[in-house]
Amino acid sequence: MISYDTFLGVDYPTLWYLVVGGLFSGYAILDGFDFGSGAWHLFFKKEENRRIALNAIGPVWDGNEVWLVIGGGALFAGFPVMYASLFSSMYVPFMLFLVFIIFRAVSIEFRSKEPMKWWRKSWDIAYSISSIMLAFLLGVVLGNVLQGIAIDENFNYHGDGFFDFLGIYPILVGLTTLSLFTMHGGIFLLFKTEGRLYQKIRMYLSKSIAFFILTFATTSFYTILFLDHLTNRFKESPVLFVFPIVTMLCIANIPRLVKKKKFHFAFVFSALSIAFMLGLVALELYPTLLISTLDSANHITIYNSASSSDSLGIMLLIAAIGTPLVLGYTIFVYTTFKGKVIIDENSY
Amino acid sequence: MLSLLQCYSLIPPIFAPMDVELLARIQFAFTVAFHYIYPPLSIGLGLFLVITEGMFLYTKNQIYHQLAKFWTKLFALTFGIGVATGIVMEFEFGTNWATYSKYVGDIFGSALAAEGIFAFALESGFLGILLFGWNRVKPWVHFIATLGVFLGSMFSAVWIVVANSWQQTPAGFHIVGEGMAARAEITNFWEMVFNPSSVDRLIHTWTGAILAGMFLVISVHAYYLRRNKHVELSKKALPIALLVATLFASFQLVSGHHSAAGVAVNQPAKLAALEGHYPSNSKADMYLMGWVDQQNERVHGIRIPGGLSFLLTGDFDAQVTGLNAFKQEDQPGQVNAVFQFYHLMIAIGIVLIILSWWGIILWKQNKLFTSPRFLWILSFAVILPQIANQAGWFAAEMGRQPWVVYGLLRTSDALSESVVASQVLFSLILFLIIYSFLLALFLYLLTKKIKHGPELHLQN
Repeated sequence: MISYDTFLGVDYPTLWYLVVGGLFSGYAILDGFDFGSGAWHLFFKKEENRRIALNAIGPVWDGNEVWLVIGGGALFAGFPVMYASLFSSMYVPFMLFLVFIIFRAVSIEFRSKEPMKWWRKSWDIAYSISSIMLAFLLGVVLGNVLQGIAIDENFNYHGDGFFDFLGIYPILVGLTTLSLFTMHGGIFLLFKTEGRLYQKIRMYLSKSIAFFILTFATTSFYTILFLDHLTNRFKESPVLFVFPIVTMLCIANIPRLVKKKKFHFAFVFSALSIAFMLGLVALELYPTLLISTLDSANHITIYNSASSSDSLGIMLLIAAIGTPLVLGYTIFVYTTFKGKVIIDENSY
Repeated sequence: MLSLLQCYSLIPPIFAPMDVELLARIQFAFTVAFHYIYPPLSIGLGLFLVITEGMFLYTKNQIYHQLAKFWTKLFALTFGIGVATGIVMEFEFGTNWATYSKYVGDIFGSALAAEGIFAFALESGFLGILLFGWNRVKPWVHFIATLGVFLGSMFSAVWIVVANSWQQTPAGFHIVGEGMAARAEITNFWEMVFNPSSVDRLIHTWTGAILAGMFLVISVHAYYLRRNKHVELSKKALPIALLVATLFASFQLVSGHHSAAGVAVNQPAKLAALEGHYPSNSKADMYLMGWVDQQNERVHGIRIPGGLSFLLTGDFDAQVTGLNAFKQEDQPGQVNAVFQFYHLMIAIGIVLIILSWWGIILWKQNKLFTSPRFLWILSFAVILPQIANQAGWFAAEMGRQPWVVYGLLRTSDALSESVVASQVLFSLILFLIIYSFLLALFLYLLTKKIKHGPELHLQN
């Protein structure tokens, strides 16, 4: 057993686990709302409305995607064994993810560059489908991580076939992330739009919230019934039930705030819900990162997959210096473009 | 099950010898080469935007403002594709090169973390303001945003090239574990960052990127001048781009020489492959062009006897280590390809120097804007730095073979053990289709934007 340095009594791998978790939450919250607004896209029929919806995320989607690069980099950097194992075992979903992320970026970029109807319509469809698939695939990968996969003592995957990543549970989690992001994106669009478009989103949003609560409840029941390894920690120390309860309260608060037209607060709470849900995942897994369904000795944990203490130390320092900077200009960009969408000659 | 096997046997024999390693290498080379069309353009155009916006702030001349706005649109096009295709490589480390990822994770970790947090976030954060903020922020704030995007793209190059250079010339680490479990661990961060080849290669890469961007600007405005369109704008833009290009094209010669001298010290097998130098220890010739006969271990072509010896040591008779000094399994496999890419890069580099100085001389004689033939040549010159950048990387990466981490980890040992050939074939075909489509779209829209040209109306 390699010993790791500690900071304030917490060892470096655990600290980096928190950093990675924080980055993934940030990514899910930020790219979540722009995937989500992409999922809504085809519900808007008028050209003008589609442009407004697209330009609502226009100045920020690129910056949001950076969080994926940083999050992926942080996982690679801190837990290279986990990175290698997860990415090579989930080969097909990750390749599909790449395809859709390219298609989505290109659709946003190219859609409004030509006036032809067929051109715009095709890109609109590509944009919406890739947004939906990305939200779904993220959940599918998460579902596989939660359920565990067949990894051997060298942390290599033994899969059986092309589509073995599509189990029932991964699909359930995929639908949950999709419905969660759709709701999240809908709320974001509410405070970016006005008039008829705004009315339309308000009308559909209650359905979107209901869809989310349904998928979330189903996935939760499935987890409690079939995935003991995730719930054991809660059964052992019931005080931890505070976390799921807070998460539930957060979620319950969203429809209430929407009804009161406090959309900014509703958005904050849907962002918090995402963070808490990922927090729950982190709590369920810790200190495991990837569960082996073959043998519990093959579990990938933050200790058997981590980089050296020195390396983690340097990275923690970099994160400590860099994070305030990133937050600083993220906030600057968002305040520059706050308020309702204004289409000008620079827009998509 | 049997029928499935029969189906497989019908796959054309070309795929038969294709193993995971070859497919994964083709896929990585293809995706990274495609990606590398765009970031150099972003860096070079970024510099051009900083210059024009700076000139606008300084002179208040609206022409510079229009130039900046026009080139921002082309910049957006390249940047968007650059980001989307860039994520692919990060994923591929994990999906296709899992053993490699485990091996280098500890080293690359800090470099990647630094890139993400210092460079990439800066770049993409300010991009929104650069593209959409023209009417929202004051001109000087916009200038700061443009500068942020440009610096971000420069920093990005720093960390990527540092990581890649570490693979060429590893430093600041020690090896932990044995066999398949062996991995490199960082011992000294700054030694890792400033490994023997990083600085040379970074400067060489930056310069190549700036040339890529500047020659796009040169080509477009030469085209306008030839067609008598947007003349006023082009008369400002062309000299700026030409001056910067001349400076960097000339400097590239120095940087390239320095880089090659470094390769001679740190990666002798690669240097030998670059010139096709086989005898284990003898004076080495330099070729202007040629063909490596790998079977008979000699080069046919036009050579300067002792040229390589002279360039490295200042003595035409100095001894240079050749490929035969290395075991067969430690030599790069594709010596001729390495040789060709390397010489192509140098030839283009020299053409760029001649072209840019020629342009400066014409400009000084007040003939630049009225020389249709020269403008015609310039309007196609954009392709040259692109080819040189690609060729340079192919020479560097194929010259490093058979190692993925020079002298430590073989490419054949770096693969993902759980990924099979059919999966890689599937993703490779997917990338081939999508990227061809993407390239066609990019060229179509680029041409369209260029033909449409800058907005004619003056603001305020």
